[in-house]
Amino acid sequence: MKPLLQSETFVRIAAPLAVGVALLAVWEIGCRLGSIPVYLFPKPSDIFASLIKNGPSLLRALLITLRITLQAFAAAVVLGTLIAFMFVQSRAIEVSLFPYAVLLQVTPIVAIAPLIIILVKNTQLSLTVCATLVALFPIISNTTLGLRSVDPGLASYFRMNRASRLKTLVRLRIPGALPYFFGGLRISSGLALIGAVVAEFVAGTGGRSSGLAYEILDAGFQLDIPRMFAALFLITVTGVLLFGAMVGLSKLALSNWHESEIGAEA
Amino acid sequence: MNAPLPSDPLDPHTTRRAADRPPAVEVLSAEKIFANGTRALAPIDLTIAEGEFLTLIGPSGCGKSTLLKLIANLIQPSDGRILWWRGDFGHVGQGGRGLAFVFQEPTLMPWARVDANVRLPLDLADVPRGKADPRVSDAIARVGLSAFARHFPRQLSGGMKMRVSIARALATEPNLLLMDEPFGALDEFTRNKLDDDLIKLWWERKLTTVFVTHSIYEAVFLSTRIVVLAASPGRIFRTMTIDEPQPRSQDFRDSARFAAYCRELSTWLAEASLPSASGVTP
Repeated sequence: MKPLLQSETFVRIAAPLAVGVALLAVWEIGCRLGSIPVYLFPKPSDIFASLIKNGPSLLRALLITLRITLQAFAAAVVLGTLIAFMFVQSRAIEVSLFPYAVLLQVTPIVAIAPLIIILVKNTQLSLTVCATLVALFPIISNTTLGLRSVDPGLASYFRMNRASRLKTLVRLRIPGALPYFFGGLRISSGLALIGAVVAEFVAGTGGRSSGLAYEILDAGFQLDIPRMFAALFLITVTGVLLFGAMVGLSKLALSNWHESEIGAEA
Repeated sequence: MNAPLPSDPLDPHTTRRAADRPPAVEVLSAEKIFANGTRALAPIDLTIAEGEFLTLIGPSGCGKSTLLKLIANLIQPSDGRILWWRGDFGHVGQGGRGLAFVFQEPTLMPWARVDANVRLPLDLADVPRGKADPRVSDAIARVGLSAFARHFPRQLSGGMKMRVSIARALATEPNLLLMDEPFGALDEFTRNKLDDDLIKLWWERKLTTVFVTHSIYEAVFLSTRIVVLAASPGRIFRTMTIDEPQPRSQDFRDSARFAAYCRELSTWLAEASLPSASGVTP
Protein backbone atom coordinates (compact mmCIF):
# COMPACT_ATOMS: atom_id res chain seq x y z
CA MET A 1 0.00 0.00 0.00
CA LYS A 2 1.23 3.41 -0.91
CA PRO A 3 0.92 6.19 1.63
CA LEU A 4 -2.34 8.02 1.05
CA LEU A 5 -0.70 11.33 0.19
CA GLN A 6 1.26 9.77 -2.64
CA SER A 7 -1.81 8.26 -4.25
CA GLU A 8 -2.70 10.31 -7.29
CA THR A 9 -6.44 9.64 -7.02
CA PHE A 10 -6.51 10.64 -3.37
CA VAL A 11 -4.73 13.92 -4.03
CA ARG A 12 -6.95 14.67 -7.01
CA ILE A 13 -10.06 14.34 -4.90
CA ALA A 14 -8.77 15.56 -1.57
CA ALA A 15 -6.97 18.70 -2.70
CA PRO A 16 -9.93 20.50 -4.32
CA LEU A 17 -12.16 19.25 -1.51
CA ALA A 18 -9.85 20.83 1.07
CA VAL A 19 -9.91 24.12 -0.83
CA GLY A 20 -13.71 23.99 -0.90
CA VAL A 21 -13.99 23.28 2.82
CA ALA A 22 -11.51 26.06 3.61
CA LEU A 23 -13.46 28.57 1.48
CA LEU A 24 -16.74 27.59 3.12
CA ALA A 25 -15.16 27.97 6.54
CA VAL A 26 -13.80 31.43 5.72
CA TRP A 27 -17.21 32.40 4.34
CA GLU A 28 -19.07 31.12 7.40
CA ILE A 29 -16.67 32.70 9.90
CA GLY A 30 -16.48 35.97 7.93
CA CYS A 31 -20.26 36.33 7.87
CA ARG A 32 -20.52 35.56 11.58
CA LEU A 33 -17.71 37.93 12.60
CA GLY A 34 -19.04 40.76 10.39
CA SER A 35 -22.61 40.07 11.49
CA ILE A 36 -23.70 40.35 7.83
CA PRO A 37 -27.50 40.10 7.67
CA VAL A 38 -28.93 37.03 5.96
CA TYR A 39 -30.85 39.11 3.37
CA LEU A 40 -27.59 40.62 2.13
CA PHE A 41 -25.24 37.68 2.12
CA PRO A 42 -26.23 34.41 3.77
CA LYS A 43 -23.84 32.06 5.54
CA PRO A 44 -23.29 28.57 4.12
CA SER A 45 -25.24 27.17 7.06
CA ASP A 46 -28.23 29.37 6.16
CA ILE A 47 -28.07 28.15 2.59
CA PHE A 48 -27.91 24.55 3.74
CA ALA A 49 -30.88 25.06 6.05
CA SER A 50 -32.83 26.59 3.17
CA LEU A 51 -31.87 23.71 0.91
CA ILE A 52 -33.38 21.28 3.43
CA LYS A 53 -36.46 23.41 4.13
CA ASN A 54 -37.29 24.08 0.48
CA GLY A 55 -36.07 20.65 -0.62
CA PRO A 56 -39.22 19.38 -2.35
CA SER A 57 -39.93 22.54 -4.34
CA LEU A 58 -36.28 23.03 -5.29
CA LEU A 59 -36.00 19.40 -6.34
CA ARG A 60 -39.07 19.72 -8.52
CA ALA A 61 -37.61 22.85 -10.12
CA LEU A 62 -34.29 21.05 -10.59
CA LEU A 63 -35.99 18.16 -12.39
CA ILE A 64 -37.71 20.59 -14.75
CA THR A 65 -34.47 22.44 -15.56
CA LEU A 66 -32.65 19.14 -15.89
CA ARG A 67 -35.27 17.83 -18.29
CA ILE A 68 -34.95 20.88 -20.52
CA THR A 69 -31.15 20.66 -20.33
CA LEU A 70 -31.05 16.99 -21.28
CA GLN A 71 -33.60 17.40 -24.05
CA ALA A 72 -31.67 20.34 -25.47
CA PHE A 73 -28.36 18.51 -25.10
CA ALA A 74 -29.70 15.43 -26.88
CA ALA A 75 -31.18 17.57 -29.64
CA ALA A 76 -27.90 19.48 -30.00
CA VAL A 77 -25.90 16.25 -30.23
CA VAL A 78 -28.19 14.74 -32.86
CA LEU A 79 -28.60 17.93 -34.88
CA GLY A 80 -24.98 19.00 -34.54
CA THR A 81 -23.68 15.62 -35.63
CA LEU A 82 -26.03 15.51 -38.60
CA ILE A 83 -25.00 19.01 -39.64
CA ALA A 84 -21.33 18.07 -39.28
CA PHE A 85 -21.85 15.01 -41.48
CA MET A 86 -23.52 17.23 -44.02
CA PHE A 87 -20.65 19.71 -43.89
CA VAL A 88 -18.00 17.10 -44.61
CA GLN A 89 -19.91 15.74 -47.58
CA SER A 90 -18.94 18.73 -49.64
CA ARG A 91 -16.94 21.90 -49.26
CA ALA A 92 -19.69 23.82 -51.04
CA ILE A 93 -22.23 22.94 -48.36
CA GLU A 94 -19.82 23.83 -45.59
CA VAL A 95 -18.72 27.09 -47.14
CA SER A 96 -22.28 28.23 -47.75
CA LEU A 97 -23.70 27.20 -44.38
CA PHE A 98 -20.89 27.56 -41.87
CA PRO A 99 -21.21 31.37 -41.56
CA TYR A 100 -24.80 30.86 -40.41
CA ALA A 101 -23.67 28.39 -37.79
CA VAL A 102 -21.30 31.08 -36.55
CA LEU A 103 -24.12 33.63 -36.67
CA LEU A 104 -26.15 31.33 -34.47
CA GLN A 105 -23.27 31.06 -32.05
CA VAL A 106 -22.54 34.77 -31.69
CA THR A 107 -26.16 35.91 -31.32
CA PRO A 108 -26.80 36.25 -27.56
CA ILE A 109 -29.50 33.82 -26.52
CA VAL A 110 -31.01 36.46 -24.21
CA ALA A 111 -31.69 38.59 -27.28
CA ILE A 112 -33.52 35.95 -29.29
CA ALA A 113 -35.15 34.01 -26.45
CA PRO A 114 -38.21 36.34 -26.25
CA LEU A 115 -38.77 35.88 -29.96
CA ILE A 116 -38.60 32.11 -29.68
CA ILE A 117 -40.89 32.13 -26.65
CA ILE A 118 -43.44 34.13 -28.63
CA LEU A 119 -43.13 31.96 -31.73
CA VAL A 120 -43.23 28.59 -29.98
CA LYS A 121 -46.46 28.24 -28.02
CA ASN A 122 -45.42 25.40 -25.72
CA THR A 123 -43.19 26.90 -23.01
CA GLN A 124 -41.25 23.71 -22.38
CA LEU A 125 -40.55 23.37 -26.07
CA SER A 126 -39.53 26.99 -26.51
CA LEU A 127 -37.08 26.71 -23.60
CA THR A 128 -35.65 23.53 -25.12
CA VAL A 129 -35.23 25.28 -28.46
CA CYS A 130 -33.31 28.15 -26.81
CA ALA A 131 -31.00 25.81 -24.92
CA THR A 132 -30.43 23.73 -28.05
CA LEU A 133 -29.34 26.80 -29.99
CA VAL A 134 -26.76 27.55 -27.32
CA ALA A 135 -25.45 23.99 -27.12
CA LEU A 136 -25.38 23.29 -30.84
CA PHE A 137 -22.29 25.08 -32.08
CA PRO A 138 -19.50 23.23 -30.23
CA ILE A 139 -20.89 19.94 -31.50
CA ILE A 140 -21.00 21.19 -35.09
CA SER A 141 -17.56 22.73 -35.12
CA ASN A 142 -15.79 19.97 -33.19
CA THR A 143 -17.37 17.09 -35.06
CA THR A 144 -16.72 18.75 -38.42
CA LEU A 145 -13.11 19.29 -37.48
CA GLY A 146 -12.83 15.68 -36.30
CA LEU A 147 -14.40 14.22 -39.42
CA ARG A 148 -11.99 16.27 -41.50
CA SER A 149 -8.90 15.39 -39.47
CA VAL A 150 -8.35 12.04 -41.07
CA ASP A 151 -4.85 10.62 -41.01
CA PRO A 152 -3.71 11.15 -44.64
CA GLY A 153 -1.83 7.86 -44.74
CA LEU A 154 -4.87 5.90 -43.62
CA ALA A 155 -7.06 7.86 -46.00
CA SER A 156 -4.94 6.82 -48.97
CA TYR A 157 -4.87 3.25 -47.64
CA PHE A 158 -8.65 3.23 -47.72
CA ARG A 159 -8.69 4.74 -51.19
CA MET A 160 -6.19 2.18 -52.41
CA ASN A 161 -8.39 -0.62 -51.13
CA ARG A 162 -11.33 0.90 -52.99
CA ALA A 163 -13.29 1.42 -49.80
CA SER A 164 -16.77 2.80 -50.37
CA ARG A 165 -17.74 6.21 -48.98
CA LEU A 166 -19.86 4.54 -46.33
CA LYS A 167 -17.07 2.22 -45.20
CA THR A 168 -14.59 5.08 -45.09
CA LEU A 169 -17.06 7.03 -42.97
CA VAL A 170 -17.82 4.21 -40.56
CA ARG A 171 -14.36 2.72 -40.21
CA LEU A 172 -12.12 5.75 -40.59
CA ARG A 173 -13.81 9.11 -40.28
CA ILE A 174 -16.13 8.38 -37.36
CA PRO A 175 -13.60 6.66 -35.07
CA GLY A 176 -11.07 9.34 -35.91
CA ALA A 177 -13.56 12.08 -35.06
CA LEU A 178 -14.49 10.64 -31.64
CA PRO A 179 -11.87 12.55 -29.58
CA TYR A 180 -13.06 15.83 -31.12
CA PHE A 181 -16.69 14.84 -30.70
CA PHE A 182 -16.20 14.13 -27.01
CA GLY A 183 -14.44 17.47 -26.61
CA GLY A 184 -17.55 19.04 -28.12
CA LEU A 185 -19.78 17.09 -25.71
CA ARG A 186 -17.99 18.48 -22.67
CA ILE A 187 -18.48 22.07 -23.75
CA SER A 188 -21.96 21.52 -25.07
CA SER A 189 -23.31 19.81 -21.93
CA GLY A 190 -22.47 22.86 -19.83
CA LEU A 191 -23.86 25.21 -22.46
CA ALA A 192 -27.16 23.29 -22.59
CA LEU A 193 -27.59 23.93 -18.85
CA ILE A 194 -26.68 27.59 -19.21
CA GLY A 195 -29.05 27.91 -22.15
CA ALA A 196 -31.88 26.29 -20.23
CA VAL A 197 -31.40 28.57 -17.20
CA VAL A 198 -31.06 31.73 -19.31
CA ALA A 199 -34.16 30.86 -21.30
CA GLU A 200 -36.09 30.23 -18.07
CA PHE A 201 -35.01 33.65 -16.81
CA VAL A 202 -36.32 35.29 -19.93
CA ALA A 203 -39.53 33.28 -19.98
CA GLY A 204 -40.04 33.84 -16.26
CA THR A 205 -42.84 31.28 -16.17
CA GLY A 206 -44.42 30.59 -12.82
CA GLY A 207 -46.66 27.78 -11.72
CA ARG A 208 -45.98 24.11 -11.59
CA SER A 209 -43.68 23.87 -14.56
CA SER A 210 -41.08 26.38 -13.44
CA GLY A 211 -37.40 25.54 -13.19
CA LEU A 212 -34.52 26.67 -11.02
CA ALA A 213 -34.21 30.06 -12.72
CA TYR A 214 -37.73 30.88 -11.68
CA GLU A 215 -36.90 29.76 -8.13
CA ILE A 216 -34.04 32.28 -8.16
CA LEU A 217 -36.24 35.07 -9.53
CA ASP A 218 -39.00 34.26 -7.08
CA ALA A 219 -36.59 34.09 -4.13
CA GLY A 220 -35.19 37.46 -5.18
CA PHE A 221 -38.64 39.07 -5.20
CA GLN A 222 -39.26 37.71 -1.73
CA LEU A 223 -35.77 38.61 -0.47
CA ASP A 224 -35.34 34.95 0.47
CA ILE A 225 -31.64 35.13 -0.34
CA PRO A 226 -30.66 31.73 1.13
CA ARG A 227 -33.18 30.04 -1.21
CA MET A 228 -31.63 31.95 -4.10
CA PHE A 229 -28.21 30.58 -3.19
CA ALA A 230 -29.63 27.10 -2.67
CA ALA A 231 -31.05 27.13 -6.20
CA LEU A 232 -27.77 28.45 -7.53
CA PHE A 233 -25.97 25.67 -5.68
CA LEU A 234 -28.17 23.06 -7.35
CA ILE A 235 -27.48 24.55 -10.80
CA THR A 236 -23.74 24.43 -10.15
CA VAL A 237 -23.84 20.85 -8.90
CA THR A 238 -25.86 19.84 -11.96
CA GLY A 239 -23.30 21.46 -14.26
CA VAL A 240 -20.40 19.74 -12.54
CA LEU A 241 -22.15 16.37 -12.64
CA LEU A 242 -22.93 16.79 -16.34
CA PHE A 243 -19.33 17.67 -17.07
CA GLY A 244 -18.15 14.72 -15.00
CA ALA A 245 -20.48 12.40 -16.87
CA MET A 246 -19.05 13.59 -20.20
CA VAL A 247 -15.50 13.11 -18.95
CA GLY A 248 -16.40 9.59 -17.84
CA LEU A 249 -18.04 8.82 -21.17
CA SER A 250 -15.05 10.07 -23.09
CA LYS A 251 -12.70 8.05 -20.89
CA LEU A 252 -14.79 4.96 -21.46
CA ALA A 253 -14.67 5.39 -25.22
CA LEU A 254 -11.09 6.57 -25.70
CA SER A 255 -8.99 5.27 -22.83
CA ASN A 256 -7.64 2.40 -24.89
CA TRP A 257 -6.09 4.44 -27.59
CA HIS A 258 -6.28 8.20 -27.47
CA GLU A 259 -3.46 10.31 -26.03
CA SER A 260 -5.84 12.61 -24.17
CA GLU A 261 -7.04 9.77 -21.96
CA ILE A 262 -3.96 7.62 -21.68
CA GLY A 263 -2.14 9.66 -19.06
CA ALA A 264 -5.01 9.14 -16.62
CA GLU A 265 -4.40 5.42 -16.22
CA ALA A 266 -0.66 5.61 -15.69
CA MET B 1 31.44 -18.94 -71.81
CA ASN B 2 28.60 -18.82 -69.27
CA ALA B 3 29.48 -18.29 -65.66
CA PRO B 4 28.66 -21.38 -63.57
CA LEU B 5 25.21 -21.20 -61.98
CA PRO B 6 25.43 -20.85 -58.23
CA SER B 7 24.10 -23.26 -55.63
CA ASP B 8 20.65 -24.78 -55.47
CA PRO B 9 19.63 -26.18 -58.85
CA LEU B 10 15.94 -26.17 -57.82
CA ASP B 11 16.02 -22.51 -57.05
CA PRO B 12 13.95 -20.71 -59.69
CA HIS B 13 15.42 -17.36 -58.71
CA THR B 14 18.92 -18.28 -59.62
CA THR B 15 18.54 -21.02 -62.22
CA ARG B 16 16.13 -19.08 -64.40
CA ARG B 17 17.03 -15.67 -65.58
CA ALA B 18 14.51 -12.96 -64.83
CA ALA B 19 13.82 -12.57 -68.55
CA ASP B 20 12.64 -16.17 -68.81
CA ARG B 21 9.92 -15.79 -66.22
CA PRO B 22 6.51 -14.24 -66.96
CA PRO B 23 6.35 -10.56 -66.10
CA ALA B 24 4.30 -9.40 -63.14
CA VAL B 25 4.56 -5.74 -64.02
CA GLU B 26 5.64 -4.04 -67.23
CA VAL B 27 6.34 -0.33 -67.22
CA LEU B 28 6.17 0.79 -70.85
CA SER B 29 7.61 4.24 -71.56
CA ALA B 30 5.70 5.56 -68.58
CA GLU B 31 6.52 9.13 -67.63
CA LYS B 32 5.15 11.46 -65.02
CA ILE B 33 4.87 15.22 -65.25
CA PHE B 34 3.17 16.83 -62.28
CA ALA B 35 0.55 19.55 -62.62
CA ASN B 36 3.10 22.21 -61.71
CA GLY B 37 5.24 21.17 -64.68
CA THR B 38 7.85 19.24 -62.73
CA ARG B 39 9.07 16.30 -64.73
CA ALA B 40 9.33 13.60 -62.05
CA LEU B 41 10.02 10.73 -64.40
CA ALA B 42 11.36 10.60 -67.93
CA PRO B 43 9.87 7.74 -69.98
CA ILE B 44 10.82 4.55 -68.15
CA ASP B 45 10.86 0.98 -69.36
CA LEU B 46 11.06 -1.68 -66.71
CA THR B 47 9.88 -5.27 -66.57
CA ILE B 48 9.47 -6.91 -63.19
CA ALA B 49 9.37 -10.69 -63.38
CA GLU B 50 7.29 -12.97 -61.16
CA GLY B 51 9.14 -13.79 -57.97
CA GLU B 52 11.66 -10.99 -58.29
CA PHE B 53 12.76 -8.85 -55.37
CA LEU B 54 13.41 -5.57 -57.10
CA THR B 55 14.74 -2.55 -55.28
CA LEU B 56 14.56 1.05 -56.46
CA ILE B 57 17.33 3.22 -55.10
CA GLY B 58 18.66 6.65 -56.00
CA PRO B 59 19.33 10.20 -54.82
CA SER B 60 16.41 12.17 -53.47
CA GLY B 61 14.18 13.54 -56.19
CA CYS B 62 14.98 10.69 -58.54
CA GLY B 63 11.33 9.66 -58.65
CA LYS B 64 11.68 6.26 -57.04
CA SER B 65 8.58 6.76 -54.92
CA THR B 66 6.75 8.16 -57.93
CA LEU B 67 7.62 5.05 -59.92
CA LEU B 68 6.41 2.85 -57.07
CA LYS B 69 3.15 4.79 -56.88
CA LEU B 70 2.69 4.37 -60.63
CA ILE B 71 3.14 0.63 -60.20
CA ALA B 72 0.63 0.71 -57.33
CA ASN B 73 -1.79 2.66 -59.55
CA LEU B 74 -1.94 5.31 -56.83
CA ILE B 75 -1.14 7.87 -59.53
CA GLN B 76 -1.52 7.71 -63.31
CA PRO B 77 1.30 8.10 -65.82
CA SER B 78 1.23 11.28 -67.92
CA ASP B 79 2.23 9.21 -70.88
CA GLY B 80 3.03 5.57 -71.60
CA ARG B 81 1.37 2.71 -69.76
CA ILE B 82 1.76 0.05 -67.15
CA LEU B 83 0.65 -3.56 -67.43
CA TRP B 84 -0.06 -5.89 -64.55
CA TRP B 85 0.16 -9.57 -65.47
CA ARG B 86 -0.09 -8.44 -69.07
CA GLY B 87 -3.38 -6.63 -68.49
CA ASP B 88 -4.66 -3.33 -67.23
CA PHE B 89 -5.23 -2.53 -63.56
CA GLY B 90 -8.72 -4.02 -63.69
CA HIS B 91 -6.82 -7.32 -63.66
CA VAL B 92 -5.48 -6.70 -60.21
CA GLY B 93 -7.46 -8.09 -57.32
CA GLN B 94 -8.96 -10.90 -59.43
CA GLY B 95 -7.94 -14.51 -59.89
CA GLY B 96 -5.14 -14.46 -57.33
CA ARG B 97 -3.47 -11.30 -58.59
CA GLY B 98 -3.47 -9.24 -55.43
CA LEU B 99 -1.39 -6.20 -54.75
CA ALA B 100 -0.43 -4.85 -51.36
CA PHE B 101 1.31 -1.61 -50.48
CA VAL B 102 3.34 -0.95 -47.35
CA PHE B 103 3.90 2.72 -46.57
CA GLN B 104 6.85 4.37 -44.92
CA GLU B 105 4.68 4.90 -41.86
CA PRO B 106 2.84 1.97 -40.30
CA THR B 107 -0.49 3.86 -40.87
CA LEU B 108 -2.41 1.79 -38.35
CA MET B 109 -5.77 2.71 -36.92
CA PRO B 110 -4.94 3.75 -33.35
CA TRP B 111 -8.41 2.83 -32.10
CA ALA B 112 -8.22 -0.76 -33.36
CA ARG B 113 -6.30 -3.67 -31.89
CA VAL B 114 -3.57 -5.40 -33.89
CA ASP B 115 -5.87 -8.14 -35.21
CA ALA B 116 -8.52 -5.63 -36.28
CA ASN B 117 -5.87 -3.58 -38.04
CA VAL B 118 -4.62 -6.63 -39.91
CA ARG B 119 -8.18 -7.59 -40.81
CA LEU B 120 -8.92 -4.14 -42.28
CA PRO B 121 -8.19 -4.91 -45.96
CA LEU B 122 -10.27 -8.09 -45.70
CA ASP B 123 -13.12 -6.17 -44.08
CA LEU B 124 -12.95 -3.57 -46.83
CA ALA B 125 -13.13 -6.38 -49.39
CA ASP B 126 -16.17 -7.89 -47.59
CA VAL B 127 -14.40 -11.14 -46.74
CA PRO B 128 -16.61 -12.92 -44.17
CA ARG B 129 -15.19 -13.12 -40.63
CA GLY B 130 -15.02 -16.92 -40.66
CA LYS B 131 -12.76 -16.81 -43.68
CA ALA B 132 -10.83 -13.72 -42.65
CA ASP B 133 -9.90 -14.69 -39.09
CA PRO B 134 -7.60 -17.64 -39.88
CA ARG B 135 -5.82 -15.52 -42.49
CA VAL B 136 -5.42 -12.72 -39.98
CA SER B 137 -3.95 -14.93 -37.28
CA ASP B 138 -1.72 -16.59 -39.84
CA ALA B 139 -0.40 -13.23 -41.04
CA ILE B 140 0.18 -12.06 -37.46
CA ALA B 141 2.04 -15.29 -36.72
CA ARG B 142 4.21 -14.81 -39.80
CA VAL B 143 5.51 -11.50 -38.52
CA GLY B 144 5.97 -13.00 -35.05
CA LEU B 145 3.35 -10.96 -33.21
CA SER B 146 0.89 -13.65 -32.14
CA ALA B 147 1.32 -12.67 -28.51
CA PHE B 148 0.34 -9.09 -29.33
CA ALA B 149 -2.79 -9.69 -31.40
CA ARG B 150 -5.04 -8.03 -28.80
CA HIS B 151 -2.75 -5.07 -28.16
CA PHE B 152 -3.34 -1.54 -29.34
CA PRO B 153 -0.79 0.07 -31.70
CA ARG B 154 0.33 2.57 -29.05
CA GLN B 155 1.49 -0.33 -26.89
CA LEU B 156 3.93 -1.48 -29.60
CA SER B 157 7.40 -0.28 -30.57
CA GLY B 158 8.11 1.29 -33.96
CA GLY B 159 9.46 -1.96 -35.36
CA MET B 160 6.48 -3.93 -34.10
CA LYS B 161 4.07 -1.42 -35.66
CA MET B 162 5.85 -1.89 -38.97
CA ARG B 163 5.44 -5.65 -38.56
CA VAL B 164 1.71 -5.14 -38.09
CA SER B 165 1.68 -3.10 -41.26
CA ILE B 166 3.42 -5.95 -43.11
CA ALA B 167 1.02 -8.49 -41.60
CA ARG B 168 -1.85 -6.37 -42.88
CA ALA B 169 -0.33 -6.59 -46.36
CA LEU B 170 0.24 -10.35 -46.05
CA ALA B 171 -3.35 -10.98 -44.89
CA THR B 172 -4.57 -10.13 -48.38
CA GLU B 173 -2.31 -12.91 -49.71
CA PRO B 174 -0.87 -10.61 -52.36
CA ASN B 175 1.15 -11.65 -55.38
CA LEU B 176 2.79 -8.29 -55.66
CA LEU B 177 4.12 -6.47 -52.61
CA LEU B 178 5.10 -2.82 -52.96
CA MET B 179 7.06 -1.22 -50.13
CA ASP B 180 7.97 2.44 -49.92
CA GLU B 181 10.95 2.80 -47.55
CA PRO B 182 9.13 0.69 -44.98
CA PHE B 183 11.98 0.56 -42.48
CA GLY B 184 13.41 4.01 -43.11
CA ALA B 185 12.39 5.36 -39.73
CA LEU B 186 13.78 2.45 -37.71
CA ASP B 187 17.16 2.02 -36.08
CA GLU B 188 19.68 -0.14 -37.89
CA PHE B 189 19.42 -3.12 -35.57
CA THR B 190 15.63 -3.31 -35.89
CA ARG B 191 15.89 -2.74 -39.60
CA ASN B 192 18.28 -5.66 -40.08
CA LYS B 193 15.99 -7.91 -38.08
CA LEU B 194 13.01 -6.91 -40.19
CA ASP B 195 15.03 -7.36 -43.38
CA ASP B 196 15.90 -10.90 -42.28
CA ASP B 197 12.23 -11.66 -41.70
CA LEU B 198 11.13 -9.98 -44.90
CA ILE B 199 13.48 -12.02 -47.06
CA LYS B 200 12.20 -15.22 -45.42
CA LEU B 201 8.61 -14.20 -46.13
CA TRP B 202 9.47 -13.35 -49.71
CA TRP B 203 11.25 -16.67 -50.11
CA GLU B 204 8.43 -18.77 -48.66
CA ARG B 205 5.78 -17.08 -50.77
CA LYS B 206 7.76 -16.36 -53.93
CA LEU B 207 6.20 -12.98 -53.53
CA THR B 208 7.07 -10.49 -56.26
CA THR B 209 8.33 -7.47 -54.35
CA VAL B 210 9.21 -3.92 -55.35
CA PHE B 211 11.05 -2.13 -52.60
CA VAL B 212 12.16 1.48 -52.28
CA THR B 213 15.00 2.31 -49.92
CA HIS B 214 17.77 4.80 -49.16
CA SER B 215 20.01 2.18 -47.68
CA ILE B 216 22.68 0.58 -49.84
CA TYR B 217 23.12 -2.30 -47.37
CA GLU B 218 19.45 -3.03 -47.28
CA ALA B 219 19.21 -2.96 -51.07
CA VAL B 220 22.10 -5.39 -51.54
CA PHE B 221 20.91 -7.71 -48.80
CA LEU B 222 17.33 -8.02 -50.00
CA SER B 223 17.31 -7.69 -53.75
CA THR B 224 17.64 -10.03 -56.66
CA ARG B 225 17.90 -6.89 -58.79
CA ILE B 226 18.60 -3.28 -57.95
CA VAL B 227 17.53 -0.42 -60.18
CA VAL B 228 19.56 2.75 -59.61
CA LEU B 229 17.69 5.89 -60.60
CA ALA B 230 19.16 9.31 -61.38
CA ALA B 231 17.41 12.60 -60.84
CA SER B 232 16.04 15.52 -62.89
CA PRO B 233 14.35 14.05 -64.63
CA GLY B 234 14.02 10.69 -62.87
CA ARG B 235 15.31 7.89 -65.03
CA ILE B 236 16.96 4.49 -64.82
CA PHE B 237 20.70 4.96 -64.43
CA ARG B 238 21.91 1.39 -64.12
CA THR B 239 20.71 -1.96 -62.86
CA MET B 240 22.61 -4.48 -60.76
CA THR B 241 21.74 -8.15 -60.42
CA ILE B 242 22.56 -9.74 -57.08
CA ASP B 243 22.85 -13.42 -57.85
CA GLU B 244 23.33 -14.96 -54.44
CA PRO B 245 21.99 -18.07 -52.70
CA GLN B 246 18.60 -17.81 -51.00
CA PRO B 247 17.30 -17.33 -48.43
CA ARG B 248 20.00 -14.92 -47.39
CA SER B 249 21.04 -14.50 -43.80
CA GLN B 250 23.59 -12.71 -41.67
CA ASP B 251 26.32 -14.82 -43.35
CA PHE B 252 25.73 -12.94 -46.57
CA ARG B 253 25.98 -9.60 -44.77
CA ASP B 254 29.32 -10.65 -43.35
CA SER B 255 30.71 -11.91 -46.66
CA ALA B 256 33.32 -10.17 -48.81
CA ARG B 257 30.95 -10.34 -51.80
CA PHE B 258 28.37 -8.34 -49.87
CA ALA B 259 30.97 -5.65 -49.22
CA ALA B 260 31.95 -5.65 -52.90
CA TYR B 261 28.34 -5.22 -54.04
CA CYS B 262 27.89 -2.38 -51.57
CA ARG B 263 31.05 -0.66 -52.74
CA GLU B 264 30.02 -0.84 -56.36
CA LEU B 265 26.47 0.29 -55.67
CA SER B 266 27.80 3.16 -53.63
CA THR B 267 30.00 4.28 -56.55
CA TRP B 268 27.03 4.09 -58.90
CA LEU B 269 24.91 6.11 -56.54
CA ALA B 270 27.60 8.77 -56.36
CA GLU B 271 27.73 8.87 -60.16
CA ALA B 272 23.94 8.97 -60.40
CA SER B 273 23.94 11.98 -58.09
CA LEU B 274 26.30 13.98 -60.29
CA PRO B 275 24.56 16.65 -62.36
CA SER B 276 26.25 15.26 -65.47
CA ALA B 277 24.97 11.70 -64.98
CA SER B 278 24.38 10.53 -68.50
CA GLY B 279 21.40 8.27 -67.89
CA VAL B 280 22.69 5.77 -70.43
CA THR B 281 22.13 2.23 -69.28
CA PRO B 282 25.26 0.17 -69.92
